[in-house]
Amino acid sequence: MELFELITPRTITDAIKAQSSSPTAQNGASVRFIAGGTNLIDYMKLNVERPSQLVDINTLPLTTIESTPEGGLKLGALTRNSDVANHPTVKAHYAVLSEAILAGASPQLRNMATTAGNLLQKTRCVYFRDTASPCNKREPGTGCSAIGGYNRMLAILGTSEHCIATNPSDQNVALAALEATIHIEGAKGTRAIPIADFYLIPGNTPQRETVLEPGDLITHITLPPALPAAKSIYLKLRDRASYEFALASAAIVLQLDAANRITHSRIALGGVGTKPWRSLEAERSLQGKPATPITFRAAAEAALHAAKPQSQNGFKIELAKRCLTHALTQASTLA
Amino acid sequence: MATDEPPTKTPSTSLEKLTRRSFLSHMGAAGVATAVAPLAATAVIAQPTEPAEAAAPVIPGTTPITLKINGETHTLAIDPRATLLDTLRETLHLTGTKKGCDHGQCGACTVHLNGRRINSCLTFAVMHQQADITTIEGLGQPGNLHPMQAAFVEHDSYQCGYCTSGQIMSAVAMTKEPWGATDRDVQEAMSGNICRCGAYPNIVAAVQAVRRIA
Repeated sequence: MELFELITPRTITDAIKAQSSSPTAQNGASVRFIAGGTNLIDYMKLNVERPSQLVDINTLPLTTIESTPEGGLKLGALTRNSDVANHPTVKAHYAVLSEAILAGASPQLRNMATTAGNLLQKTRCVYFRDTASPCNKREPGTGCSAIGGYNRMLAILGTSEHCIATNPSDQNVALAALEATIHIEGAKGTRAIPIADFYLIPGNTPQRETVLEPGDLITHITLPPALPAAKSIYLKLRDRASYEFALASAAIVLQLDAANRITHSRIALGGVGTKPWRSLEAERSLQGKPATPITFRAAAEAALHAAKPQSQNGFKIELAKRCLTHALTQASTLA
Repeated sequence: MATDEPPTKTPSTSLEKLTRRSFLSHMGAAGVATAVAPLAATAVIAQPTEPAEAAAPVIPGTTPITLKINGETHTLAIDPRATLLDTLRETLHLTGTKKGCDHGQCGACTVHLNGRRINSCLTFAVMHQQADITTIEGLGQPGNLHPMQAAFVEHDSYQCGYCTSGQIMSAVAMTKEPWGATDRDVQEAMSGNICRCGAYPNIVAAVQAVRRIA
């Protein structure tokens, strides 16, 4: 691990100022905010991350979960994953978020990891972790080792010829389906970004994963008011029963009318995309249709329409379709 | 865990034996130029503390910190890159906490931070100067075992024993977390602790035995 200077800012302004001196907020940043540290320290040990300064933001006042005036929910950047998952309001009105968080990592990691840290956990693959392998995300222009290499776990949606790494988060898939807004304070003031606009697909610049610029600090996220009578669910399929990344997952928010027709749906997929994968195609396919197996399968076909398999992960296309179909079936039959 | 006068231990650290020459040679020539400035700065920004009464000799490459572990306050000089795990084991010689994968995947390093279980391998000791840290040594000792330790003995919940302290720390914490009552719930709650001997059925039995009497 490289040497670093630890900075403990007393205010949000000081924290922003400290990180602003980095040439980037993306891969290769020389100054990093540190909260739970579970992702960052792992990469520092591997010399994948080599910040010369760490800004410890854990003492900043970003730790509350509270209702918004609009009837939604505000989650402070430093709220811990376990606290969000077990919060009564989250469990009651945003079940998909609670279920997704509890499906990810381990209890120990969830006690450490924060809401904003989870938002920023890296889109990655085994070659990104290995400094001996070429990787366009870690070292732009060196090539992608995963294309034609070990890619069984990797993405089938949103890939480019430069990167096929998967966004591994469960939390963020649920937040995509809940249409969360990410609130940022930066050198030029504050701004609010819908989660749909927050993540970037790799394209020619896989080293850039989000719209964050130097000095940008996520202060909190907000969730819109929960739809009355909507059901939400998270279904995760993986190689073992617990403590494993998704091969495919689905976050569903579904609202039916008295005639069992779909009046509202929000669909996001995990484990298959280069970012938390909101599927507008699936949502359009479901709108106004009766909640039947045929409707659900059609939505799944629409969601995976543009999927592009690699040498080892073609099975994910059918797996993701079945995952979404099964999750929709479950959501539609929830009491 | 409040004690009247928590004893303050002086550091007993392998870093004390580290001379400036050996530290710099360890860093390698290329590292020397960049090494000094950041570390000096680190010392400056450490949490404000009272000046040490009898100033300990400054160890090159280290920063002074205090940690509260098992109710005792320890004053240490550590490399700021030291994880909490390495600090417990290598500097404080609290070797009950084990290093398995060192990347947050196995749970052998599980300790309690303000009563909550965490992986001590994935956090820097320097960031926890305000926390109450509990290790397996603080949970119970021979002759005065914590009920979970006694249950692990009773139910033969280990073979080689390497993962056991992490399993027990995790198990004690989970009894205070919102989990269901079934064996399946225990399996999920304990999924961050790997046992390569495969003692899982007996681990579940021990955890359930303690939960039933709790």
